[in-house]
Amino acid sequence: MLLALVAAHLVLACALPAVAARSTRAAFGLAAVLPAVTLVWAAAMAPAVLGGAAVEENLAWAPALHLTFDVRLDALALVMIVLVSGVGAVILAYSAFYFGRRSPDASRTSALLLFFAGAMLGLVVADDLLTLYVFWELTSIASFLLVGQSGLHRANRRAAVQALLVTVFGGLSMLLGFVLVGESAGTYRISAIVASPPTGGAVTAGIVLILLGVLTKSAQAPFHPWLPAAMAAPTPVSGYLHAASMVKAGVFLVARLSPAFASSAEWWLPLVVLGLATMLIGGWRALGATDLKRLLAFGTVSQLGFLMVLFAVGGRLAAVAGAALLLAHGLFKATLFLVVGTVDKVTGTREIGALSGLGRAMPGLAAASALAAASMAGIPPLLGFVAKEAAFEAFLLEGGLRGGVVEVGLVAGSVLTVAYSARFLWGAFATKPGVDPVTPAPASPGLTVPLWITSLAGLVLGLVAPVAAVLAEAYGDTLPARTAEEAGYHLALWHGFNLALGLSAVALAGGLLLHTGRDRVAALTRRLHHRVSAQRGYELVVSGLERLAVLVTGRLQVGSLPVYLATVLLMVIALPGIGLVLGWAWPGDVPVVHEWIQIPLGIVVVAAALAMVRARRRFTAVLLVGAVGYGIGGLFIVDGAPDLALAQFLVETLALVAFVFVLRRLPAHFTERRRPRRAIQVRKGVLAAVAGITVGVFGIVLSGARTAPATASEEFVRLAPETGATNIISAILVDFRALDTVGEITVLLVAASGTASLVLATRHDRRRRGKVRASGSGTPAHEKEVSG
Amino acid sequence: MTTVSLAMAVVVAALYAVGFYLLLQRSLMRVLLGVVVLGHGANLLLQLTGGPPARPPILGGSAEGSAPLADPLPQALALTAVVITFAMTTYLLALGYRSWVLVGHDEVQDDLEDRRIARRRTPTASMGEEADEQGDEVGVDPGSAAASGDPVGDRS
Repeated sequence: MLLALVAAHLVLACALPAVAARSTRAAFGLAAVLPAVTLVWAAAMAPAVLGGAAVEENLAWAPALHLTFDVRLDALALVMIVLVSGVGAVILAYSAFYFGRRSPDASRTSALLLFFAGAMLGLVVADDLLTLYVFWELTSIASFLLVGQSGLHRANRRAAVQALLVTVFGGLSMLLGFVLVGESAGTYRISAIVASPPTGGAVTAGIVLILLGVLTKSAQAPFHPWLPAAMAAPTPVSGYLHAASMVKAGVFLVARLSPAFASSAEWWLPLVVLGLATMLIGGWRALGATDLKRLLAFGTVSQLGFLMVLFAVGGRLAAVAGAALLLAHGLFKATLFLVVGTVDKVTGTREIGALSGLGRAMPGLAAASALAAASMAGIPPLLGFVAKEAAFEAFLLEGGLRGGVVEVGLVAGSVLTVAYSARFLWGAFATKPGVDPVTPAPASPGLTVPLWITSLAGLVLGLVAPVAAVLAEAYGDTLPARTAEEAGYHLALWHGFNLALGLSAVALAGGLLLHTGRDRVAALTRRLHHRVSAQRGYELVVSGLERLAVLVTGRLQVGSLPVYLATVLLMVIALPGIGLVLGWAWPGDVPVVHEWIQIPLGIVVVAAALAMVRARRRFTAVLLVGAVGYGIGGLFIVDGAPDLALAQFLVETLALVAFVFVLRRLPAHFTERRRPRRAIQVRKGVLAAVAGITVGVFGIVLSGARTAPATASEEFVRLAPETGATNIISAILVDFRALDTVGEITVLLVAASGTASLVLATRHDRRRRGKVRASGSGTPAHEKEVSG
Repeated sequence: MTTVSLAMAVVVAALYAVGFYLLLQRSLMRVLLGVVVLGHGANLLLQLTGGPPARPPILGGSAEGSAPLADPLPQALALTAVVITFAMTTYLLALGYRSWVLVGHDEVQDDLEDRRIARRRTPTASMGEEADEQGDEVGVDPGSAAASGDPVGDRS
């Protein structure tokens, strides 16, 4: 059923564009049904799952490679399904009213959103590292397409590319980490890895690589800037992907693997440090945002850091708080994004400076927002408060250096959270002096009912904390509790007057105090931002890579044939040459010469070859190459190869004829338009000489390695009479290796037709135009371009 | 059993060196001659590695049984190589001729585009976007509600 649901998402997504062509509203409405069904199914399975019987399914898709789609529905997956499918259904329903009939992107957006919902569902239920990776990257691709929209706006293109580059960079390193961990564990089943975590150096490296994937996907510092940039997407998309679900994938993976790795410092230390830093940076930047959507985006970054810390430390209570906050954040952040969408829709702006008096005009919307913002700020009786209390309590109970540092960080982050929650409400709804009150257009119920659902869910789950507690604690109980007090803690709205409540009060008071000085704070955040920013870091890295690419291409691909050939020769000398010197094995029995007649023949060949270097006239050079060829024919005869010599003489003669045919049309001398510099020629000569000597030495050394005549040849000699031939060479060519000869004939045919077509083309040109066609290269303009 | 004698190694080395040197030249004709000389060197080396001078591998001759037979397999391979070298020579010759007819000289030229990249220090485009591209945005910003196709608040 689970696999079928995932597949149904992906299949229906393919059909949606056809529906959207008739009615975009119907397309989004249809898309919302499937996540809703998933949520209901998951709720039906919940009692059994929470009772300890996780639903497992698997489908072997490449059994020979041990690749299976393993899925498993457990407590953590249930929490995520509430976000992915529950919030997903709400946002898809909202989209039906947000996107109008004239929207050009609605059809692809509806399909992509549902596709994303399916991929995300697959991700959260995956019980196999590789399955998880596949869905992980599918969500990145869906995000790229949704942020990029139709690509008509530069902001969209840039944001989409940035999101893709950052998350896929992390995803690829995560894949490496998965392979390291999976191979060390001997299995890729997540449940099996968690049950008996592997250890060792490879696992440590794997953990660090996995963390890169986690940190990029969940927009942790210093990778966070892609998330605010992704706000270029339509608001419902941002609310779904970049607040409620996709960016939680990294947090989710930490929650998944914490039971296995939380005891090792390489797991929790980077996550806690970066998580706290992210919480503070995100909260601080949110205080300077003037666009409501960007404010929420930085708020999301901040909350993701919070979640990261809670899941990374691997304690029971921290995990319970994390699971509760995961739920709470999904609900309030989805609400707030939908509020921004509606505000933008009815007023035409999201700028804090342009909105005034909206609270009086739309009290209902303001109330829903206030509930969500209060949950975000951690005010009772909302779910956000319940979660934050548990988080404070967890680190108070832990104590020690880590508990103390984290507690201070969380309180500071919460102060910022309260401040930007207040800033959101003030910015969207307050009546500001000196700003004309906006007069909003009437909003259809479709634009307000969905956000009330998520907003009220946060309130109800806070009031009836035990419901959320069952879910959160079912996950938290998979982690060890340090003390009996921690083991006995249950999520509840009221724990009496204790230190955690005091910290909540401190956060609230501090946040409101910060909000009163909002103008100065906002100015300060902008001033600090100009000094250092992670976004600039990203741009520097990308432009650095591009410069490096140009540099490397410019050095490696210089476009000069002599340079390429010289490089090849250098490698021939360097690599095998070094091997030759290192494993020096000069055979002891090198004869000076086998037959005396080889000496005069050799002198002729060498002399003719060397003379070619000096030849200025083309015809001289061709005659010399002929002399070399005939000389080698002579050497073949001495060697006892009359057939070879015959072929050599024939070929040499034919080649000479061909050369003469061409030479009569070319100038008599080699024409070099730029006389090559002497130093360069000397260098070429030295290189060629060294390479030639290397080949000669190789010939001797390698032939010295031979210990006996080849036995294959004896077989040819023995069998040759059976072919009816007395000449063994001809027996080999036409009988034993006849297929080679067919290949050789084919080469000849191809070369002949190529030659013929080149010659005929020239004749054709001459007949047609009477003169030679001048091509672009070779003109003075071209020359100037090359030499600058 | 070393089959390559010192004298023959010198001949092979000289042929390869001259072949390499000619290959490094810019005149297409010289490059072509370099290929031919390299081919000669390679064929000779192939034959030499087969064994020291011996009786031709032909059966039923008068000298049968008196001396060892030369290894026939390298000879057959070298013969194939000789013919293929010839095919390549004629093709390159036709190519060089055609190039001379079209361009007016037979010189190996540098690739313009590569040279241009080598001379450039910075990329002209980043992330597929031209650096100096301005504006040219089509439609409304999709991030805003105005692009949602049915803006409720569109009162203009």
